[in-house]
Amino acid sequence: MRWPGWPPTSRRRWPTRSKGVAETKGQGATAPAPPPEMTALRGAGDGFALRLISPVMRLVEIPMIALQRLLGINRLAWVFLAPNLLLFGLFAFLPVILNVAYATTGGANVMLADRPQIGMGNFERLLDCANHLDPNTCREDKFWRAVWNTLWFVTLQVGIMVGFSLLTAIVLNGKIRARGFFRSVFFFPVLLSPVVVALIWKWMLQRNGVLNAFLDWAGIGGYNWLVDAQWAFAWSVFLSVWAHMGFYTLILLAGLQAIPRDVYEAATMDRASPWRAFRRITLPLLAPTMLVVLVLALIKGVQTFDEVYAFTGGGPGTATTFIIQYIYEEGFAGSPRLFGLSAAASLLVAFVLVVLTLVQLWVNRKSVDG
Amino acid sequence: MTHLKLLGTTALALGLAAPAMAQEIRFMCYSDGNECEVYDDVLTRFEAANPGVDVIVDVVPYQAILENLPIQLAAGSGPDIAKVTDLGGLSQYYLDLAPYIDRAYWEASFGDTLGWYRGAAGGDAINGMHSQLTITGAFVNATLFEQAGVEMPGADATWDDWAEAARSVAAATETPFPMAIDRTGHRFAGPAISYGAAIVAEDGTPTLSDEGFAAFTAQFVEWNNDGTMARDVWAGQGGATYQDAAQEFINGELVFYYSGSWQVGRMDSTVGDLFDWQVVGSPCGPAGVCSGMPGGAGIVGFSATQHPEVVAAVIDFLAQEDIYAEVTARTRNLPAHLGVAQAGVEFEGASPAAAAALSAFAADLADVAPSAFRYQGYANNRAMFGITAERVSQAIVGELSVEDAVARMAADLEAALADAQ
Repeated sequence: MRWPGWPPTSRRRWPTRSKGVAETKGQGATAPAPPPEMTALRGAGDGFALRLISPVMRLVEIPMIALQRLLGINRLAWVFLAPNLLLFGLFAFLPVILNVAYATTGGANVMLADRPQIGMGNFERLLDCANHLDPNTCREDKFWRAVWNTLWFVTLQVGIMVGFSLLTAIVLNGKIRARGFFRSVFFFPVLLSPVVVALIWKWMLQRNGVLNAFLDWAGIGGYNWLVDAQWAFAWSVFLSVWAHMGFYTLILLAGLQAIPRDVYEAATMDRASPWRAFRRITLPLLAPTMLVVLVLALIKGVQTFDEVYAFTGGGPGTATTFIIQYIYEEGFAGSPRLFGLSAAASLLVAFVLVVLTLVQLWVNRKSVDG
Repeated sequence: MTHLKLLGTTALALGLAAPAMAQEIRFMCYSDGNECEVYDDVLTRFEAANPGVDVIVDVVPYQAILENLPIQLAAGSGPDIAKVTDLGGLSQYYLDLAPYIDRAYWEASFGDTLGWYRGAAGGDAINGMHSQLTITGAFVNATLFEQAGVEMPGADATWDDWAEAARSVAAATETPFPMAIDRTGHRFAGPAISYGAAIVAEDGTPTLSDEGFAAFTAQFVEWNNDGTMARDVWAGQGGATYQDAAQEFINGELVFYYSGSWQVGRMDSTVGDLFDWQVVGSPCGPAGVCSGMPGGAGIVGFSATQHPEVVAAVIDFLAQEDIYAEVTARTRNLPAHLGVAQAGVEFEGASPAAAAALSAFAADLADVAPSAFRYQGYANNRAMFGITAERVSQAIVGELSVEDAVARMAADLEAALADAQ
């Protein structure tokens, strides 16, 4: 149902700031009449309802008109933005500012006012190393162990996950039986809570777990997977890939479906082999989607905490302690609570994430611009 | 809708205002067994005797007491009363009960444990009531010893003797684990002191790197690597996370389990007649010291409360000999109240094994070294527990050598003390 006076044509102009309130009000008075079909639809009850609502709406209108007069129509926008700005300021910007403030203070007190200023002391403490490649030579060896663990984890997890996601997406894009069913199967783990994922796999892999029961039955003999540093790390990567692969498969699947069919048909007519079609058509046309997937997976990989924390607790030793767990333990779980040190570590992580995001934006823009 | 909302808001406001007039006291409580339930029951008598006072027992997980309560207190939004285990570490927030209670009675009843609540500041404030005294010690699966035909080491047996005996029993009965110690620096401290560690010297200086401490660390790491200790307990976790081995013991997979008196209730109710178990206290170190670690929980009031007199009255009520004795009997804990301890406690519904276990733990209190008592009352002991658990685990899994782990513990302790000031 289209209102004849809407949308405004170029002939009708919205009031400008210089013309002010009077014209706006005047325009309201000369507004086009509602379309005849709408008038016909109105019953007697509508008039009554309007008479009832109007005084209530006037209560809102009067202060708004006063504000408009006071601020002018352009600045009135800030009044409407204010509630949102306030919420964002309070729950998004203020914590960031507080984080920076905490990062420059020391001690174990909670209230900022009671904490001594130490400038860049926390950052110096974190970065103080004889050899950054060997955590044992660092003052905060646990931080550097977490950094290297995270780096290894992200490299393996993202590499394996994107590879498998691509493979799965290609298979699910083909003409296979029960395609819808398999698509849901691969997406299902994404719906699970990370803690549930961790508990399921812990239940399978612990000393008396399902896997060892099976291995014992098969005569191979069980193994204490979660007490072995390498295996615990490998299973953490596996579990993370298993839990998140479906999401990236879905994105890649959408990317694959966006590739026009006729390109493949042309390739088939030119007798290109499927491998050649994959290399020369699928991969280049999928590149922008692939990039989004890579950057998203990288960011998510750096943020890994809950599933691995519930799975191994960061152990054995520090084998699966990642950077977010380090921040949590220094700031909240340990004693004394080093809010400053963990705030500084979180800013360093934030810096890495910002760089990753900027890379994503830059490459995205580059690919869009052509 | 608006009316409903308005009504809701008004009701909420009234609901909040009403108890404030009625002197609402919030008691943040955690249970090892049934403590909070028993406190709630006992406190209804206090409420009946003091009309207008409403004591609300908020039962929370132990983790909340460790992690959330300190932050709430620092932010000034904590409860009025809480059951805590970081006795000295929170002392700056405690309400001094002395002006409201009979000091002579309290000093005669709680003696040295009052000092644990004074923290680094010292002084003579009465900050809390030690509600359950605990002591670390070992549980042994007597049935496995019998099946293996191995004689149980005697009262003066050393850690080495027990390790050897436990290994023989495990080998003979195909039990997966000979020994286990809970993963916490608190449990580690008992044997370390027996090996000669000072931990907190007489002048109050803490150390985690003296010869005795290094000696037990080396021994413990070796036992973890040669299969004497259940590797899952210390190596299976990261950070300073607490991990016990009670379930392994209950499942009959563990011969010798070093934990503490608070586990008696759990053993009593879960082991049942699956096997015979008994408490053998703390084995001795090479130098003949056979110390466990004392500990436990206490009930404290906080100075930020709006009703200090009522808070003091509630805690004083719980400290009265008859009430304390009743709670101790019903919760099957060791009493820290000297009067109650002297009179003896009839543990309600406890099996003969549990009663014998509690007696064995109580008898072991005499062997506790003075440095163990000092460590329990030391304000920064939580930091030291965490450092021990983390670094010893790293040595077990091979990330650090024992020497490096000990050196790291010294450096961590120095940093923690600097940060805590």
